[in-house]
Amino acid sequence: MTVTERRPGPDLAAASGPRPARLRAGPMLAAGAGLTGAALGAVLVGPVRLDPWAVLVELAGRLPLVDTASGLTEQEAAILWQLRLPRVVLGGLVGALLALAGAAYQGVFRNPLADPYLLGAAAGAGLGATLAIAYGPDTGSWPVDLLPMAAFAGAVAGVVAAYGLGRSGGARTTTSLILSGVAVAAFLTAIQTYVQQQQAETLREVYGWILGRLTTAGWREVALVVPYALVSTVVILLHGRLIDVLAVGDDEASSLGVRATRVRLVVVAAATLATAAAVAVSGLIGFVGIIVPHTVRLLAGSGHRLLAPLSLVAGAAFLILADLAARTLMAPAEVPIGVVTAFIGAPFFALVLRRGGQAP
Amino acid sequence: MRRSLLPLTLLLVALVAGGCGRDGPSSDAAAPAEQGAAFPVTIDTPAGEVELARQPERIVSLSPTATEMLFAIGAGGQVVAVDSNSNHPKEAPTTDLSAYQPNLEAIAGYKPDLVVYSDDPGELAAGLGKLAIPALQQPAATRLDDTYAQLDQLGRATGHAAEAARLTATMRAEIQKIAADRPERPLTYYHELDKNLYTATSRTFIGQLYGQLGLRNIADAADRQGSGYPQLSAEYVIRADPDLIFLADTRCCGQSAGTVAARDGWGQLTAVRSGGVVELDDDVASRWGPRVVEFLKTIAAKVETLEAVGS
Repeated sequence: MTVTERRPGPDLAAASGPRPARLRAGPMLAAGAGLTGAALGAVLVGPVRLDPWAVLVELAGRLPLVDTASGLTEQEAAILWQLRLPRVVLGGLVGALLALAGAAYQGVFRNPLADPYLLGAAAGAGLGATLAIAYGPDTGSWPVDLLPMAAFAGAVAGVVAAYGLGRSGGARTTTSLILSGVAVAAFLTAIQTYVQQQQAETLREVYGWILGRLTTAGWREVALVVPYALVSTVVILLHGRLIDVLAVGDDEASSLGVRATRVRLVVVAAATLATAAAVAVSGLIGFVGIIVPHTVRLLAGSGHRLLAPLSLVAGAAFLILADLAARTLMAPAEVPIGVVTAFIGAPFFALVLRRGGQAP
Repeated sequence: MRRSLLPLTLLLVALVAGGCGRDGPSSDAAAPAEQGAAFPVTIDTPAGEVELARQPERIVSLSPTATEMLFAIGAGGQVVAVDSNSNHPKEAPTTDLSAYQPNLEAIAGYKPDLVVYSDDPGELAAGLGKLAIPALQQPAATRLDDTYAQLDQLGRATGHAAEAARLTATMRAEIQKIAADRPERPLTYYHELDKNLYTATSRTFIGQLYGQLGLRNIADAADRQGSGYPQLSAEYVIRADPDLIFLADTRCCGQSAGTVAARDGWGQLTAVRSGGVVELDDDVASRWGPRVVEFLKTIAAKVETLEAVGS
């Protein structure tokens, strides 16, 4: 990612937030350093103790022109390369996507409590996953499991339904969109609960999925997420300034030549893609999409040209650390990662509520 | 639905009666009189005493394990309905009654004179009490002795105390015999409940069964809270490198020796390379009924072949 000083346009975001909104090198470098530190710590520490120096040598050995012997056994190398590393990478990707999607949703809906699951993405993914677990065929031999595909499709379908319902209501306000999201979520959750009750032996697996999981993450999941991550990230980052313009209200935005509805549709679509990809491989990990963008907002202001990339990096670092806690606190047992993020996230959420939603 | 069950029930009664006939003259003609004399019986349960004035003739079982037990002690003929998950034995009159969301009206529709259940998700016991339907709760066993006690209890409640006593005696003897042949070198194992690496420790019922064979559980270190069912880190399973991997998620989640071998980092595990991955029947591995003997025999045979290869 290149960090550039852009030409300051009509700085509308400055009207809504106290700080300048441009992409600045300082905060990005700090966030990048934080992410690097988190990733390094997460690779070095795990339920199985690997010699940190040997791990570093082993990692360096994969660089071109470096030929070293790390002294890791075959088993230890497998733990590092096939279990720990993909988990760190996937945790970073999922955290980045959720935080970015959260920042985008909060921006386009001008609602501090919006999160990536706002428009029925969680309920849709939950239903898709439940259907796959309850009725899906044995997909052990397939190149890709049915579960992530079903969750992805469910998340997208949920948001499409909410969006369609919200628009057909006549008034195209953000409120009608959010309310239709509530309706769609309630409806999909009802079906999911019904299926769960009918197929009660699937309860534990569905429950485990809802709490979020990176336990069985592998390179396969990483490969699944990367394309969506790229597309949605590029789209949202390019729309940072337009999201800022939306903050002044749809009517004023259109008087400035910004088609608010269209911007919202594009950003919501990209954020949904990001959310669906994250949810497909990791289940419903809550609160990342809320606490990360809000923390960034408190520290660096609310202009989206800075907020979006910072949330992306901070989200990655946050989830990598949360997952590190999830796999080491009770090692060798796991704590569901959703429990970790909610344990940190819920008090924070309360704090945001108390501050009365002063952010956009 | 119920009408169609009647011939089946009659057939079952005939089968059971015929089956009893082998035991000698005492069971066929004399048994009813003997059993009649045993009633009324009073049975102690966690929920209080249950009074049975007559021998139950219309039993509803909401517990797959209780269903297996009832049929194993010869009370199958008295069973009119079992819950949707009671899939063993084949003769069991499986209905769509749900044990997870028990519907009182649907249960009462079978006009039961005894209901056996394992878990009460809410108002089941209270509701049955209001309808004056005697109910026995038989919660999941935590030890083999619970299994024997539940068999005895069902025996007394259904008028098959003698058969129950015979069955538990046989089970004890067989398990003792299997345990006596345990391998000298203790093998380690990992019992998989689902592919997210939830497992059972040696303290659980199933863990104690493995303990009978002298097997060592790798999950004990992971269970500091003592739930008995921790979720393991994949890293830890790889490091522990168990001799045996028991899959209790073959039916629910489609796992097999093949899928385990294909998991990232699992291919080089001892169990995978030496054929120590055992595909269990989820149901047998999660119930605490008479089939635990069959389960132990399967495991013992597997351990024996591994031993033979190893030595």
